[in-house]
Amino acid sequence: MLKIENLHASVEDKTILKGINLEVKAGEVHAIMGPNGSGKSTLASVIAGKEDYEVTKGKISFNDEDIEELAAEERAHKGIFLSFQYPVEIPGVSVTNFMKTAINETRKAKGLEEMPAKDMLKLIREKSELLEIDRKFLSRSLNEGFSGGEKKRNEIFQMAILEPQLAILDETDSGLDIDALRIVANGVNKLKSKDNAVVVITHYQRLLDHIVPDYVHVLYNGKIVKSGTKELAHELEEKGYDWIKQEVNA
Amino acid sequence: MDLKEKLIASFLVFENQTDVDTYVHDIRTDAIKTFEEKGFPSKKEEAWKYTSLNSILKQDYSVFPKQENALEYKDIKKYFIHDIDTYKIVFIDGKYSSHLSQTTHDGMDVCLMSAALSKPKYRLVIENYFNVAATKDSLTSLNTAFSSEGAYIHIPKNKLVDKPIQIINFSTGNESATMVQPRNLIVVEENSHVQIIERHQSLTDNPVLTNSVTEVFTKKRAIVDYYKIQNDNTNASLIDNTFIKQLRESICSVHTFSFGGKLTRNNLNFYQHGERIDSTLKGITIIGDKQHVDHNTLVHHIEPNCESHQDYKGIFGDSATGVFNGKVVVEKEAQKTNAFQANNNILVSDKAAINTKPQLEIFADDVKCSHGCTIGQLDESAMFYLRSRGIPEKEAKALLMYAFSNNVLDSVKIPEIKQRINKIIANKLGVNIGFDL
Repeated sequence: MLKIENLHASVEDKTILKGINLEVKAGEVHAIMGPNGSGKSTLASVIAGKEDYEVTKGKISFNDEDIEELAAEERAHKGIFLSFQYPVEIPGVSVTNFMKTAINETRKAKGLEEMPAKDMLKLIREKSELLEIDRKFLSRSLNEGFSGGEKKRNEIFQMAILEPQLAILDETDSGLDIDALRIVANGVNKLKSKDNAVVVITHYQRLLDHIVPDYVHVLYNGKIVKSGTKELAHELEEKGYDWIKQEVNA
Repeated sequence: MDLKEKLIASFLVFENQTDVDTYVHDIRTDAIKTFEEKGFPSKKEEAWKYTSLNSILKQDYSVFPKQENALEYKDIKKYFIHDIDTYKIVFIDGKYSSHLSQTTHDGMDVCLMSAALSKPKYRLVIENYFNVAATKDSLTSLNTAFSSEGAYIHIPKNKLVDKPIQIINFSTGNESATMVQPRNLIVVEENSHVQIIERHQSLTDNPVLTNSVTEVFTKKRAIVDYYKIQNDNTNASLIDNTFIKQLRESICSVHTFSFGGKLTRNNLNFYQHGERIDSTLKGITIIGDKQHVDHNTLVHHIEPNCESHQDYKGIFGDSATGVFNGKVVVEKEAQKTNAFQANNNILVSDKAAINTKPQLEIFADDVKCSHGCTIGQLDESAMFYLRSRGIPEKEAKALLMYAFSNNVLDSVKIPEIKQRINKIIANKLGVNIGFDL
């Protein structure tokens, strides 16, 4: 589904990704771990199409189609979703209005009619129940004044509505208390199927107790320096990243 | 002959056509003298530093329409708020159009300035209010000198006016360039409530210059909601001079929606004569091309325990320019004043510009006054966030711009106006998103 080959990316002439190789197949869950500043969020943003980053070498393909040149919205239309580490506050746009616009613009791009209002309401209600989101919350301005946990839950709520093929969760666990973590992980797990895939970016093992990865990759200094199974995540939790840094630098 | 000379020469002709034996005659004569002395404002004056009238004054305007022009309602229906019942006072090239209007004398007067200026039964009101709130600046004086037509609205005590009143001035531009000077007088007596919608609309590509003066008197505990819809074509310019005199416990709001026109200057002045008065001045400006919109506001707090709320939002694209000059004066006696002012702007293009200047003159010591102005660009991280959810760039921009300005619509009390403004904004931003969801 997602294939990244020798990906180099830079922002303002600073090279951050220095040759990433990663393949994610349908039905898989991948975890990307690594110390601060290793390039995890950059990788997520580059896949989602943030324009600040320039791909200088290598390629990203999604369902066998090169996507480096596509705009963020075109990637979204193809089924790529990024759950933001820091969801942006947008005063004046309600959660509902935002989701309606996102759904209908995506449908428009696919040549479909707008979703009838009744179906839209039903969809929004169903998915808000899945994420245990209060109805009142939906009429509030997007992310404005939301707690850290509410923001993250709102991200997964959006994911539930848009039903992407590939979901990238960028530190979705940060700022979540135990209950919120359970709700969010539960939401992600319910959305999992053999046709879609999830890439979880995290510092910690605890989210991976709930969303169990098939593969774990360690990103360090712009490269994937180690890959393994879920046991690798436990090892990192126990020993930290220093041994990996030493291995790489040796 | 330049425009100033032409206007002064025309005054003699104008005077010959009108009855010199009226109360207003002396006022007009004084006014033309004032205009002759002062001339058109230039950029040397502080209040006109960022707005030059030069390019629009160069045109050879016809000052008096030579012929009466007719319009069919179906052709211009879209310029009305037509989905609700309203009173209408409609002018075409400065002349009253009876077949497009719906006036009344049933328990109140919603009619014409020309009638009010000439008929004895209005004489007392004219003597008490005409040119009383208006200042003696040059453009207002010019309008006063030629004042002959416009809306005359007099609402007696304890009257809740059953439907909004629309004042619409059309220009047909059958002559190469037209100048019109509507003069409106609105007197709302104690405890009465009225809603007014004003619009100037050019139907031609020929240049049109409107120099309008509106005086509003809001008596004790009266409520006036005034909406100005400025969405004219790019060869039409408007200088709107509005003077509002409020008496105690009255509430008056003016919403100005500026979406079009070549040059628009809003001189909006509030004078608070009494305690516990509430004044609201709000605006949304969204312009592009080489358009220019200038909001020049004054709130004069004269007595204690009054409030004023100003909130102007501006979005400027292409080479558009804007000015916000907001003056708040709090006199020594005006203790416990609450005065708020905000002016927030987004520049969508590198060539767009805004000059914003809050000006507070506070002579009282126990007051709460705040002001803030911001100038920014669209938030890139917000853009990426929206686009990553499948909302294309253009729609994402539009959504952010709309979100930026829409709190101004919260205080609009007529839903049909809200809908209309939403529609104009969507149109202006070139998108088709159901904003008022």
